[in-house]
Amino acid sequence: MDYINAFWVGGIICALVQILLDRTKLMPGRIMVLLVCTGAVLGAFQIYQPFQDFAGAGASVPLAGFGNLLWKGVKEAVDKEGFIGIFMGGFKASAVGISAALIFGYLASLIFSPKMKK
Amino acid sequence: MNKQQQQEAYKNYVKKKTPVHSLPANMAKAFVTGGIICTIGQFILNFCKGQGLDKDLSGGWASMILILLSVLLTGFNIYPSIAKWGGAGALVPITGFANSVASPAIEYQKEGQVMGIGCKIFTIAGPVILYGIFSSWALGLGYWILKISGIL
Repeated sequence: MDYINAFWVGGIICALVQILLDRTKLMPGRIMVLLVCTGAVLGAFQIYQPFQDFAGAGASVPLAGFGNLLWKGVKEAVDKEGFIGIFMGGFKASAVGISAALIFGYLASLIFSPKMKK
Repeated sequence: MNKQQQQEAYKNYVKKKTPVHSLPANMAKAFVTGGIICTIGQFILNFCKGQGLDKDLSGGWASMILILLSVLLTGFNIYPSIAKWGGAGALVPITGFANSVASPAIEYQKEGQVMGIGCKIFTIAGPVILYGIFSSWALGLGYWILKISGIL
């Protein structure tokens, strides 16, 4: 059942963003920024987490889930460390995602050579 | 041909050459692509939970593996084809973020380690990290203020 929920929820998020992509002049970079910020805001209003509990990876794999993760990190750090936690939690929570993308991306630039675009 | 006719002809030419996208078809493709990527993520999550890892660690593993897969597909020049077909379905998941990190890094390696790879790797990742961190910081500041004032 969790596979079905992940599939259709993740699919619907992507299909909705496709409307933005086709009907507005928003570039992919802006859409990614928009998704992450939306995820953080929905997380702060305690909307995203219940949604993610239902949809699993369908909500955590899209970039909005990354925004929610950032917010969760900040909240946990504030609960634990107080004021300085606002500056700690975001990077701590997103460490795996950012490090993996940067490290694998860099390694890829050493291994692969640019290809002609089809 | 006077100027107006020329403009008219040019307009028709552009209209003819611009590929016609059907929004419902693109949405269906995005739905399938995004759905499949999220299902793979769910598979990794379930596998990690089966190994006795907690929720956060499983999420970390799922992100890491999806990013690795996406970077490999980018390196072998397969991800662009997926993105071309799947549209937002390939852009919205974390794999789209990984692709946007790896692809300029590979593309600009000729311009050097620092100004090429080092700078360009952040072309899309930079704004995403900046605004992600900033918005969560701002929300966290609000949360902290509400907390010390005893509202939360």
